Amino acid sequence: MDTDQLINTLAADNAHRSRPVGLVLALALLAAAPVSILMFVAELGVRPDVMTAMHNPFFDLKFAVTLALAAAAIAVSLHLSRPEASLRGFVWLLAIPAGLLVAGISGEMMMPQRLPMMTRLVGHNSKVCMTAVPLLSLPLLAASLIGLRHGAPTRPALEGALAGLLSAGLAATLYASHCTDDSPLFVATWYSIGAALVTAIGALAGSRVLRF
Amino acid sequence: MREREDEWTGLMRSAISGDGAAYHRLLKAIAPVLRAAARRGLARAGQPVDQSEDIVQDILLAVHLKRHTWDANAPFAPWLFAIARNKLIDALRRRGKRVFVNIDDFAETLADQPAEETASPGEVAARLETLPARQREVLQSIAVESASIKDTARKFAMSEGAVRVALHRGLASLTAKPREQ
Repeated sequence: MDTDQLINTLAADNAHRSRPVGLVLALALLAAAPVSILMFVAELGVRPDVMTAMHNPFFDLKFAVTLALAAAAIAVSLHLSRPEASLRGFVWLLAIPAGLLVAGISGEMMMPQRLPMMTRLVGHNSKVCMTAVPLLSLPLLAASLIGLRHGAPTRPALEGALAGLLSAGLAATLYASHCTDDSPLFVATWYSIGAALVTAIGALAGSRVLRF
Repeated sequence: MREREDEWTGLMRSAISGDGAAYHRLLKAIAPVLRAAARRGLARAGQPVDQSEDIVQDILLAVHLKRHTWDANAPFAPWLFAIARNKLIDALRRRGKRVFVNIDDFAETLADQPAEETASPGEVAARLETLPARQREVLQSIAVESASIKDTARKFAMSEGAVRVALHRGLASLTAKPREQ
């Protein structure tokens, strides 16, 4: 097939319209969410005192942080699904969840505490947290990678890392409703370790499957 | 150069709103620029430049299959060069070379004389042979025999919709599998 023939053929296919990357990503995540939710309900479940916990601002802060992480990672990953996109102007979005955590930690420092700092940081669920966040992320990570394959990222490892961050953010949102450790110090330590692990897996997988 | 890029942007906008002739003109207009850039990249990597047509075809396929990632409010050339650069790097890697391709390679070629097509490309044609029979027949009918979608549908007793689906799936399978790392 010479190039003119190929061009004629591509022009004949001009009527084909592909779905936007954002829509494909959303559909993939919606398909994977029930898997993660089922894993969560079967193994962990929402903490029994959730109704009283909701009045604790530090419990609520966990969701603000994890959802901000997921939303920022989704926005940046969709931006980078365009081949000519640069990170400039977008990377600060990822600072929002970190900023919320820092604000939470300072807020907690200023309040009188029953427990010493190290006790709050170590908490009761660190091991569960470090395993649950990555495990609950896996179905969402697979879905994110499938969705983002529809784009044209010229930096596949970075795009994969963002897929990891967004799925870790969503998985951590689920996990946060189970975990009884509400101190921002706990969140900053153990959630971050879990998210970092998922991000590394995402970068590794992305460098393989997100090339085009 | 600036004018040419603006013209491309206009053509791509028309193409996306359904103007197949504008799309055809755009692809014809960018092919020589891509060819010159591919040759430059091959020459720089110490590879024979007569393989440039395979790279041109890979880039054109990627442009076609990824055009939904172009923002119609943005200029077309930076998007095109990003796609082309990605494909050129991948092609050179597949030929066993680790190279750095500068984005300027593409901008510079805009000023160059258009390059003529040389050796007959073989990679896309070889991949065509591996497609499922129906997709291959539809593609060959449209590409080689220059049949319209309507004529192709009549010839194979398919609906036009089925021809369109086979055509698009076939084109999607013609892309090179990207090389890892």
